[in-house]
Amino acid sequence: MAEERINADQVQHVAGLAKLEFTPNELETFTGQLEKIIGMFEELSKVDTTDVPATMRLSDDTLREATLREDKAVKSDDQLRRALLNNAPETANGLIKVPTIIDESGDGE
Amino acid sequence: MNYFDQDLTSLHADLVAKKISAVALAKATFENLREIDPKLGAFLNLNEEAALKRAAEIDAKGINPDNIMAGIPVAVKDNIVTKGLTTTAASKMLEHFVPVYDATVVEKMAANDAVIIGKNNMDEFAMGGSTENSAFKVTRNPWDVSRVPGGSSGGSAVAVASGQVPVAFGSDTGGSIRQPSSFNGVVGMKPTYGRVSRWGLIAFASSLDQIGPMTRTVKDNAAALNMIAGYDQHDGTSSKREVPDFTAGLDGNIKGMKIGLPKEYMDEGIDPKVREVINNAVKKFEELGATVEEVSLPNSRYGVSAYYIIASSEASSNLQRFDGIRYGFRADDVKNLEDVYVRSRSEGFGDEVKRRIMLGTFSLSAGYYDAYFHKAGQVRTMIINDFNKVFEDYDMIMGPVAPTPAFKIGDEISDPITMYMNDVLTIPVNLAGLPGMSVPAGFADGLPVGLQLIGKAFDESTLYKAGYAFEQATDVHKQTPKVGGAN
Amino acid sequence: MNFVTTIGLEVHVELKTNSKIFSPSPVQFGSEPNANTNVIDWGYPGVLPTPNKGVVEAGIKAATALHADIEHHTYFDRKNYFYPDNPKAYQITQHDKPIAHDGWIEIEVDGKKKKIGIEEMHIEEDAGKNTHESDYSYVDLNRQGTPLIEIVSKPEIASPEEAYAYCEALRQRIQFTGVSDVKMEEGSMRVDVNISIRPAGSDKYGVKTEMKNLNSFNYVRKSLEYEEQRQQRVLMSGGQVQQETRRFDETTGKTILMRVKEGSDDYRYFPEPDIPALNIEDDWIKEVQATIPEMPGSRRERYINEFGLTPYDAGVLTQTKEMSDFFDATVAQGADPKLTSNYLQGDVNAYLNDKKVGLLQTDLTPEHLAGMIKMISDETISSKIAKKVFKAIMAGSEPVKWVNDKGLVQLSDPAKLQPIIDGVLENNQQSIDDFKNGKDRAVGFLVGQIMKQTHGQANPKVVNQLLMTSLKAR
Ligand SMILES: [Mg+2]
Ligand SMILES: [Zn+2]
Repeated sequence: MAEERINADQVQHVAGLAKLEFTPNELETFTGQLEKIIGMFEELSKVDTTDVPATMRLSDDTLREATLREDKAVKSDDQLRRALLNNAPETANGLIKVPTIIDESGDGE
Repeated sequence: MNYFDQDLTSLHADLVAKKISAVALAKATFENLREIDPKLGAFLNLNEEAALKRAAEIDAKGINPDNIMAGIPVAVKDNIVTKGLTTTAASKMLEHFVPVYDATVVEKMAANDAVIIGKNNMDEFAMGGSTENSAFKVTRNPWDVSRVPGGSSGGSAVAVASGQVPVAFGSDTGGSIRQPSSFNGVVGMKPTYGRVSRWGLIAFASSLDQIGPMTRTVKDNAAALNMIAGYDQHDGTSSKREVPDFTAGLDGNIKGMKIGLPKEYMDEGIDPKVREVINNAVKKFEELGATVEEVSLPNSRYGVSAYYIIASSEASSNLQRFDGIRYGFRADDVKNLEDVYVRSRSEGFGDEVKRRIMLGTFSLSAGYYDAYFHKAGQVRTMIINDFNKVFEDYDMIMGPVAPTPAFKIGDEISDPITMYMNDVLTIPVNLAGLPGMSVPAGFADGLPVGLQLIGKAFDESTLYKAGYAFEQATDVHKQTPKVGGAN
Repeated sequence: MNFVTTIGLEVHVELKTNSKIFSPSPVQFGSEPNANTNVIDWGYPGVLPTPNKGVVEAGIKAATALHADIEHHTYFDRKNYFYPDNPKAYQITQHDKPIAHDGWIEIEVDGKKKKIGIEEMHIEEDAGKNTHESDYSYVDLNRQGTPLIEIVSKPEIASPEEAYAYCEALRQRIQFTGVSDVKMEEGSMRVDVNISIRPAGSDKYGVKTEMKNLNSFNYVRKSLEYEEQRQQRVLMSGGQVQQETRRFDETTGKTILMRVKEGSDDYRYFPEPDIPALNIEDDWIKEVQATIPEMPGSRRERYINEFGLTPYDAGVLTQTKEMSDFFDATVAQGADPKLTSNYLQGDVNAYLNDKKVGLLQTDLTPEHLAGMIKMISDETISSKIAKKVFKAIMAGSEPVKWVNDKGLVQLSDPAKLQPIIDGVLENNQQSIDDFKNGKDRAVGFLVGQIMKQTHGQANPKVVNQLLMTSLKAR
């Protein structure tokens, strides 16, 4: 793990990924706190995990045929569609409306 | 009315005998709540109109004598979605959010004729251990209103502890049911991962979250878990195993039960007064015929780090959907899409949520994944193996729930690491997906202290059996708090 | 300087399931905006994905068609990025352990066959659709959650022509499994390409540029051709190729810089905790594989060996699954394979081109086509009448009934034909004389007269026989 754990530039970079912004003051506080917490995380580097598989999910069993959903379509009623659109901050003609997209790079697929 | 004198069995008997109607019960609950809750702040949002209507329907069709939950007032943590009833997860992000569907546990409550009274305050998105991270209000501990109720299910614990409802449902990702149960002197069960459907629980950390009941007695708790447990086709991680009747076998007989007491759970990091309460509990178990022996969970000390990496990573992803586009808060005067995202999220989330999102995003980001997220997953495996090893020889594990009793409001909120260390004894249970229960065990300086019982996966029954025997052998559960308790 | 070109393709194919990959909403095009959505598709707080068995089975079929190894223990991952058409701000995909890996398909360029390796194939969810206008964008989530397979080639495609052939071969094989319509026009097949060049002899790959969402195979070829030459010009002039995403401009045929990639995007992939790992046991694979329709190669061999068709005809008939299925169904009804092949490639194809419709959009059925062909084979109708019958079956008529109703059955009965022939001969002494004098043309005239009297229904073979006998007898 890195000697310097995390600096303000990195915090800024991570904030960009997370779509968060901080004032200079907040940034300073957050950097200090994250630095400490990540410092605590570094105790893990002392644990010998050679050949230990990582547990990434917990479930009673693996997904067997029986827990997969049969391929049957269920169409929502129009009431649900209206309720969903009603919860959106802005809509137009049954579509969700968002201010213009200036960054075209979003399509990840 | 408050619920200090009656448990579910006696309330149910009164309802069946028509000594009281479901409507009268609901009305009395709201009356009591209006008197008590302004001092405590357990509820964010009441369901009064719908609850009274529902109670009237239940009265009209009659109380089913075989259904102990019929007509019983219950409270629900505000991260469990309720159709048509505002659900905020105590976040400005969802301040005016009205769900369009019910969580599976809420559907089960409806199917069992339980009456939902309202939604409980909590730490925002269940992140925290004091309920101080709510965007909306402070919740106070009824045993000492200058102290926190614990968290994140603080509102639910207080609602039960102060006699406002007999049953509340919380969620537990790293101790969020057990720790506030300990701080408030109530019984709180975090079931095995997969025992209860997570459909409709606003996700904090998907591989750790679990919904569970909080009650005044062990038997009530078992009855409440009976209602919500079981496989759900909406949740692929819910288990298809058969659900036993958790109220069966509560006979006080635990002779021959083998219990492990992890030495790491009783070390110098634990408040001596808490240790004393636990040691007394150990003696009580031995008097009851159980054997209690010291065991070791050597990797549990790494639990806090592993947990905060895993939980924050999953949370950073789970909370990305709050983007100001389809529902929830959107910042004013946004000029473009980037503005919608950044400003809505920066203004809509509180500091602790942002801190965890930042930690999680960092742990998953390029160049850090292996050292943090993957490493934490490996340590998680080692923690699971520790438990499995102990369970080869023991039926159950016990220890304290939290290192200290409830602390003062404002004392720890400024120091995240101290706050995170409160979860040191509860976190390993979530990492391993095991059932864990807090049972009132005694008091330290007048503040409740909980005993944690940890079981094998899907063996909640043993915890209930042991918890019941212990509870019946003590009078701790008969104590009532300052607020709500002084009738 | 000589350059070696390396091309990689990432192809997304939409699967034709009833419901979405993680929600039971219908997979359906052309519905009202957001009509095919539910709380899962909107990424509502508290929802969880419920994986569709049909998608896993479609994945097994596609993997089999691509000769890929199926992963017995697989799982899903999250790919995190914010975009309005991506409601959870993560896509559920497979990153670490895709459902299939190490496959290949065969292509043919200029008569030369080559195997192109497939790195991996994974299953994932599609995003919704954004429509951009000046100040706002509009999001329709109907497509959100539509199941996709993504097929990633190995860097073994060496020219734009090979890339084109790869797309064709891929489309054909996937189409034959029946898991997708694979239509570029409808977006059910979408192609991303990347290309790099390096000096011949160098073993280090050059810097690659990529172009996304090309919507025809021609554009795939043209954009790669342009890019190959552009990169050569850059290198020849001493410059360096930048790692960048470019857009193909269909009107100018050029590629235009969209954005330069600084390092790789940080999608923060991690295993999806909401979906248990997926075990695919051998017996399940076998069960699914047993339902895969016959692949084009095997069909071609069968057409050549069993039906005696030429390799060319067999190739044309197996171009699409529709055509091949139609051919098989027609032959199964007892129609002569060669005649069926001729009709499908000739009259039927001409009709489809003329009307600009697909085979399945017409009223023609294999039963009707077989009915007509059988009547031709057993001489119930003449080839002349067959022209009329063909029009009728294209309009949906049952051929046997239609021919009977119209009284168009070929006259082959000598007892009925002889009096007509005799009558014609009575009235054409000149032709008889001409015949006797060795003028063979007279026979043609007489046959024409007979056909005229029988409204074209006389069996030409029988007429010829009877006429010759009668003439010689005179
Ligand atoms: Mg890709
Ligand atoms: Zn993809």
